[in-house]
Amino acid sequence: MSILRYAIYRFGTMLLTLLVVSAMVFIIINLPPGDYLSNQIAELQATGQSAGVAKAEFLRKEYALDRPLWEQYMIWVGFMPGPHGFSGLIQGNFGWSFEFDRPVRDIVGDSLWLTVLVNIAAIVFVYAVSLPLGVIAAARSRTWVDYTSAFVGYLGLATPNFLLALILYYYGRKYLNIPIGGLMDPVFEGQPLTWDKFKSVMVHLIVPTIVIGTAGASAMMQRLRANMLDELGKPYVETAVAKGMAPSRMLAKYPLRVAFNPFVADIGNLLPSMVSGSVLVSVVMGLQTIGPTLLTALKTQDQFLSGFILMFVALLTLIGTMISDVLLVLLDPRIRYEGREA
Amino acid sequence: MTPLLSVENLSIGFGKGEAVVRDVNFAVRPGETLALVGESGSGKTVTCRAVLRILPKTAQIRTGRVTLNGSSGGLVLNELNERRMRDVRGNLVSMIFQEPMRSLSPLHRIGNQVSEVLWLHRGASEKTAKKTVLETFERVGFPDPERAYSSYPFELSGGMRQRAMIAMAMVAKPELLIADEPTTALDVTTQAQVLGLIKDLQKETGMGLILVTHDLGVVANMAEQVVVMHKGRVMESGAAEPLLKAPAHPYTQQLFNAAPSIPAAPELAEPLPEDDLILEMKSVSKTYTMRAGSAWKPDVLIHACRGIDLKLPRGKTLAIVGESGSGKTTAARIALAAEPPDPGGEVWFRPDPSAAPLAVHKMTRAERTAFQREAQMVFQDPYSSLSPRMRILDAMTEPLEIHNIGSREERRDRAAEMLKQVGLNADMLQRFPHAFSGGQRQRLSIARAMMLDPRLIVCDEPTSALDVSVQEQILSLLEDIRDRMNLSYLFISHDLAVVARIADEVAVMRQGLVVEQAPPDTLFYNPKHPYTKALIAAQPTPDIERPINLKLVAQGAGAPDSWPEDFRFTDTVIPSLTELEPGHKVRCHV
Repeated sequence: MSILRYAIYRFGTMLLTLLVVSAMVFIIINLPPGDYLSNQIAELQATGQSAGVAKAEFLRKEYALDRPLWEQYMIWVGFMPGPHGFSGLIQGNFGWSFEFDRPVRDIVGDSLWLTVLVNIAAIVFVYAVSLPLGVIAAARSRTWVDYTSAFVGYLGLATPNFLLALILYYYGRKYLNIPIGGLMDPVFEGQPLTWDKFKSVMVHLIVPTIVIGTAGASAMMQRLRANMLDELGKPYVETAVAKGMAPSRMLAKYPLRVAFNPFVADIGNLLPSMVSGSVLVSVVMGLQTIGPTLLTALKTQDQFLSGFILMFVALLTLIGTMISDVLLVLLDPRIRYEGREA
Repeated sequence: MTPLLSVENLSIGFGKGEAVVRDVNFAVRPGETLALVGESGSGKTVTCRAVLRILPKTAQIRTGRVTLNGSSGGLVLNELNERRMRDVRGNLVSMIFQEPMRSLSPLHRIGNQVSEVLWLHRGASEKTAKKTVLETFERVGFPDPERAYSSYPFELSGGMRQRAMIAMAMVAKPELLIADEPTTALDVTTQAQVLGLIKDLQKETGMGLILVTHDLGVVANMAEQVVVMHKGRVMESGAAEPLLKAPAHPYTQQLFNAAPSIPAAPELAEPLPEDDLILEMKSVSKTYTMRAGSAWKPDVLIHACRGIDLKLPRGKTLAIVGESGSGKTTAARIALAAEPPDPGGEVWFRPDPSAAPLAVHKMTRAERTAFQREAQMVFQDPYSSLSPRMRILDAMTEPLEIHNIGSREERRDRAAEMLKQVGLNADMLQRFPHAFSGGQRQRLSIARAMMLDPRLIVCDEPTSALDVSVQEQILSLLEDIRDRMNLSYLFISHDLAVVARIADEVAVMRQGLVVEQAPPDTLFYNPKHPYTKALIAAQPTPDIERPINLKLVAQGAGAPDSWPEDFRFTDTVIPSLTELEPGHKVRCHV
């Protein structure tokens, strides 16, 4: 019961945060002088193409860019009727991309889900690798296991991602026949999801997942190792040993449970750093995620496109933190019972 | 009778270093209690862990033999493989640890942690294990075993947690129980009850018990055999009675002399003069509000202090005694202006006999600065009250810098002078705190408090983190400084024996109220209040003829509504503090 209430409460705060984020995103996008259309109009006038100017002026009106900033914001989010009635983010209209001359929805379309897919795969990779390695490194601290995993981990942290991508592509192609670049075979692009397309995506995912996840995994592993080492010195571990528990069972049941907290709490931090950190990698590896699109949109001041992508990243982050908060409450009775009479 | 456990020529060392335990021999017979006595660093803890082989990674048993002759035949514990050793742990030999809070996993229910022993060793199903566990919970004194079963450790008090630990150790009916300072972290009345429980359980099951302790009082109450350890060696061992009555070894004698105890038959004391008070607290109360965490439930009010009137005459020591949660520390914090009292409470401070009294909670900025010079504090834990990154010199001169007193050289000279006053050397000024022992650190804390030449020092349990012999030295030092510099102490403690030694006046607190107040001799000679009687009765004394009277403890240490009619109080009806004889006040209905 209380957990449900907490989840609802957390969801409410998430919506509120999202609202604040939307205002900040809008303000920051509009901070640099000018916008895409006024830049374009200036350019067209300079070259004397009046037909283009008329179209740009039409777009300005169409998307309410001639109104005061706060009205633009309200229309964008969908709190206020624009030239075509209520039609903002809330209503599901993500706006128009001037740079690509297409609706934002069409541009981001697939890449949204691919972004989510790549990042979830990377996070699963981070946890799947760091959990066993971190625990083993702690349990066998100051032995060759510990030193080797630390060394490999530091290598992973220190190697630039794009370099790692190139190396993996080269050897992956040479020995395992792993396809290079992209997230699926070009023939499947724009096709409905079939078993073959799914397989193609999975195979293409291998290298990007490793590249994006490695740094996070080694950092996470070291953190888990440190937490575990702290916990291993605690008296309750001694109690468990004195009970006659076997080491592996004892490790999993007691110290790991406690060391797990920061581990879970990191889900929220991991998401945004991966999305923003994977922009360069996506460009290098030709992944159809929203990273490269965001870069273009920001450079050309394409405000609806960049605004939408930033909102999307914020949403991912907030969902991540919400998941980790709710998981923490589930995992740790001390948090769950806070405020209850002892 | 063959001994249940025999330890022969045991030596233990860390890494390549010198052995920390050397040639230790002892034997425990079934149903018998062996006390392993020593101060910190004596090797007693390492020795008892060596029996179960749960030593730190770097420690190894160098020589010796540990044999367990249980019902399943003889086992040489130090030669068993790890797998068979696991069958011994928690099953034939189990252990209780010092800190019940930290020795239980915070994330698992008590029931789960206790049942686990049966799952491991008896292959019991969850249901059959639960039945046995509930019986054990009932036996160790949980009022509601079902509730305890599904509780988390942080929902229980310290005493209850230690009972849960005992239940965990006892649930598989071991043949030998090792208790490593099982009551050191507990209040004195709880300690008495827990010790009583262990003794009863031992009688019922006939198990052997190794009790590791630093407290000779506990030894006198519990043990048949005693082994005194010092620096890894056995100093003296033998049957408890002759050893306690006439300790042969100088080290044992030294321990005895250091152990503070409540004087056996003191006389009535004269009431303290009240003409020159340095500190006076008038009807000081403090209420905290604990948010209920829900809009539908009302907030809970916690009365940390209720109507406290205390007077501290100049040059004397006023002790506030009580268990954890009694409000003694809150009272001290209010006296030092660290916290405001509830409206209506007043604290008056008079730095000099001629000066006008100062209302501590209505001071101007300048008065406050002066007050902070004149009232200082010595804290409980000397390990965490000195910054590990500051040299002693810096830590000591910092108060002078804050108050802008003297030049650099003068501050330095004063620091050197103060170190000498507390029995340390001036050439230690350049060291960092980690280079000092616990006792030396507490001397440093005292020296630091003395730097500003204060009139009043609040000592918050200054000796409870220290070994007995060191405690004795610190108490002597405090007395000496007080008399030499005409200081006044407000002394907070849970230990009546310590208070008996240093205080001129004792106020016993319980649930935020002063229940009895008198000079120590009067208090110990003629305690009136059931709670005071319980505190005195619960104090273990190293005298085998004066065992803890558990009946008195149980009567007084319970909830106030279990007290005799005359002393009972509720939230609304509180009897007043009545002066029964000159200088002896008791909270009772007259």
